[in-house]
Parts: sequence; structure tokens; C-alpha cells
Amino acid sequence: MTQVAFWLFAVLAVLGGLMCITRRSPVASALWLVETLFSLAAIFVLLDAQFIAALQVMVYAGAIMVLFLFVIMLLNLGRERATDMRGWAGRLVALALGLLLVVELWVLVGSPLAGQIQLPAGSMSRASQEQGVVGVISDSLFRTYLVPFEVTSMLLVAAIVGAVVLAKRRL
Amino acid sequence: MLLGPALAVSAILFSLGVAGVLLRRNAIIIFMCVELMLNAANLAFVALAQQLGPDGQVIVFFVMAVAAAEAAVGLAIVLAIYRHKQTLDIKDINLLRG
Repeated sequence: MTQVAFWLFAVLAVLGGLMCITRRSPVASALWLVETLFSLAAIFVLLDAQFIAALQVMVYAGAIMVLFLFVIMLLNLGRERATDMRGWAGRLVALALGLLLVVELWVLVGSPLAGQIQLPAGSMSRASQEQGVVGVISDSLFRTYLVPFEVTSMLLVAAIVGAVVLAKRRL
Repeated sequence: MLLGPALAVSAILFSLGVAGVLLRRNAIIIFMCVELMLNAANLAFVALAQQLGPDGQVIVFFVMAVAAAEAAVGLAIVLAIYRHKQTLDIKDINLLRG
């Protein structure tokens, strides 16, 4: 059952990615990317990461993609116009490098290193049953990674200030 | 056991993102392909976190925060470029080319 659901959402995610990079209209691209993000959220649930799945839907599919669509519509790019795909040489280079990367990563996945990691099966689902889905992450986030967490807040403030300064017409 | 298939899907999605960056000339779509690559990396982190403990999921949390910051600043840059050039085609944005 889990396997079937996983492969269903995996196919949906790859299909969404493929459509995202081939659709002519930026709005269609963005909506296919949203479909990929939702499929990935479903895969995250199957991988015992329920909290990350909720974050994926809220932050990525919600906030970030709405920002993208907002900018696309603000710049009035939704109309059909000449394609922005590269010419034949560019397409061949993109296809060749993409396939090369797939092969490289595939070899890496199948390498003995990946097989050597002897993992305790189901430790994550056990931990989330003991501490709760959010508790597992927050325990690590607010103990081991407290300083990076605070630095992230500074990063977000810097990003907000930078975005305002860049997008403002006249300071 | 979904580790192997999840890493394979992650590899395919990452390569799709790279191919998209190479294929398209619209700056916003290139940004979306970068987001696709970030999500592929997140999938690998979550798949490994299922068996190696919650640290991988915390890293995904940080990746999402950085992606949000990157999207905000990047789209502001896109807005500024569009105001300056009236286009988002990166073949016309060559101010720094010598």
C-alpha cells in the first residue's frame, strides 16, 4: 500500500517537474510546480515526516509559489508569447547534461556506500510515536540547532530589508 | 523500505531542475527550476532522516527558510530588472558581459 502510494506520487512529482520546465506560459509552469510540491508533501508523509509535509504545503506551495504567481501577474507575463526555450543546440545541451546528471546520481544511489549505511529500521516512526510528530523535530531544533535557528531569523530579516530596498522605485 | 526509490526520485527531480535552468531563458522560470532543485535535495534529506534520526528534517526546515529568503530577494531583483529593461529574457540581460 505504501509502495503503491509512493510510486503514484513519485510519478506525479516527476510529471509535474517535466511539465514545469516545458510549458510556455509562466503561469502554467508555476501551477505544475505547485503540483510537484504537493506530490512531494505526500511523499514526505509516507517517509514519516508529517511536520515537514505540512510546512511544505504552507511555506512552499502556499507562500513561496503565491509570491511567484504574484510577480508573474504583476509583470503581466501570463499572456501567450514567443517561447523562451533555447534553440536546438541549447536544448541538446540541456538534455545531454540532464541525462548525464541522472546517470551520475543513479550510480551514486546504487553505489556500495548507500548500501553500507546499516540503518535501524523504523526508528523515525518509533520516535514520533514516543515524542509526537512535532516534538521529535523541535527537540533537535531547539537544543542542537539553536544557534543556526537564531541565525536563520537574522537571515530572514536581512532578506526582507533587501527585498524592500531592491524593489523600491526610489529610496 | 523506500530509501532507494526516494533517492532515485530525488535524482530525477534534481536533474529536471538543472535541465530547466539550461533550457529556459525566462528569469522567473529559471527561479522556479532552482526551487525544484531545492525540493529534490529536501526529498533526499527526508528519505535519509527516516532512518538516521530527525536531524535531516531539521536541515529541511533550514533549507525552506533559506529558500524563502532567496525567493524574496530574487523576485525583488527580477522586478528591478524588469523595470530597467522591460524584459526578463536573460539573453537581453547582459550588462556585466565584457
